[in-house]
Amino acid sequence: MHHVLAAAAPTPIPPWINFTALWQIVVLSLLAGAGLPALFAIGLRALSLGGGGTQTAEGPSDKLVGGNPAGVVAAGVCFLIVLGAIGWGIWAIYEAGHPK
Amino acid sequence: MNDFLLVLVVITALSFDFTNGFHDTGNAMATSIATKALSPRVAVGLSAVLNLVGAFLSLTVAATIASGLVDTGIVTLTVVAAGLAGGIIWNLVTWLFGIPSSSSHALIGGVIGATIGAAGGHAVQWHNLVAKVIVPAGLSPIVAALVAGTGTWMLYRISKNLTEGARGSGFRIGQIGSASMVSLAHGTNDAQKTMGVITLALIVNKTLPATAGAPFWVILACGLAIALGTFVGGWRVIRTLGKGLVEIEPPQGMAAESASAAVILLSSHFGYSLSTTHVATGSIIGTGLGKKGAEVRWNVAGRMATAWVFTLPAAGVVGAGAYALANAIGGTAGVVVDTIILIAIAAVIFWRSRKTTVNPNNVNSEWTGSVAPSEPADRAPEPAAA
Repeated sequence: MHHVLAAAAPTPIPPWINFTALWQIVVLSLLAGAGLPALFAIGLRALSLGGGGTQTAEGPSDKLVGGNPAGVVAAGVCFLIVLGAIGWGIWAIYEAGHPK
Repeated sequence: MNDFLLVLVVITALSFDFTNGFHDTGNAMATSIATKALSPRVAVGLSAVLNLVGAFLSLTVAATIASGLVDTGIVTLTVVAAGLAGGIIWNLVTWLFGIPSSSSHALIGGVIGATIGAAGGHAVQWHNLVAKVIVPAGLSPIVAALVAGTGTWMLYRISKNLTEGARGSGFRIGQIGSASMVSLAHGTNDAQKTMGVITLALIVNKTLPATAGAPFWVILACGLAIALGTFVGGWRVIRTLGKGLVEIEPPQGMAAESASAAVILLSSHFGYSLSTTHVATGSIIGTGLGKKGAEVRWNVAGRMATAWVFTLPAAGVVGAGAYALANAIGGTAGVVVDTIILIAIAAVIFWRSRKTTVNPNNVNSEWTGSVAPSEPADRAPEPAAA
């Protein structure tokens, strides 16, 4: 009645707060959890740029796509980076979660 | 070996997993439902599918729920059953009051309480409990609020030249993506806890060798149970998170969900199995703090925080009581009596909940101070254009 779970009990005592892990979690979470949405927002803004790169005379429109080619390309780059980062994250979790 | 008891424990564990799903649907989907980025039905359907996928995504933290927190050498099937009963009852009671409390803490509290009931306090590794569960639980909402607040502030600054309409539709799309990530993270994080409990029960019963990982049928069953729970939709908790804490706009929803997904997934990468509920609530409060003029209803937040403090001890008391009763009766009969009482309590709670039904029709109705909706549940659904 001495199975592995019990045998593994005397692991090193963890500190009350693991500051090394904490600051890494904070920094990486800010990058992924706030940085990626910000990049998405930059993409939205680029996408909304009007034909001449500025707002048209009749004022801003509610349309998502403004029609500026450079804006559309810039938006595409932003969205691709966001999607790529998410895809990479999911892949990394899958890799770590299925040890060979 | 007692296969009847084992089957009973597995069914109880899957029932817990089901409550885990419907209690936590709001963590992923409350903000998307509140901003109408998704209709309530589509939101819970999408979340359910992603919870199921998430259950298969990672298998690293299965079995961590007990090992490291209690002396697993003294764990018996009766202890596991009693611990699960503690977790289920706490989840149902908090659901009745629409309080988003941690399913993980309910489970941990129940198992610890049952262990204390069986072997006394020395069987609990208190230092690990504080360092691995309680301290992270205190820190995670703060980190989530910081990330979500920063994100919200940046999103409003970057998008300030967009019209209200363009901003709304753009960020609703982003919200669907980020809420999907939270659902995936929830499946990964929470389904594994039940997988760990069932695997532990199989090992205790010597059905599996001590070194075994979760068998495929356990992974599948846990994924399905949490997905089914998610699909049923914990509308009461969804309502509190989506309408009660902060009035949420699409950029805030996207910031909140992105922050939650990042904090949950990164923390589990560093070996901390956080409560998705604590993180999601911290994120939603953060979006209220990050937007000028937004109001956080601190009385609602305070009520939640109070429930969080009581989750571990309350589930523990129920777990200990359930163990004491089962042990006094003895053997399989004791666990059967526990199960009958559990079913009876669950039935009473469901009956009580029908007095103030919250469902997809009224989940978004005006917040008037409590989870009880201001509009009846049988109101005709909004026109399709909404």
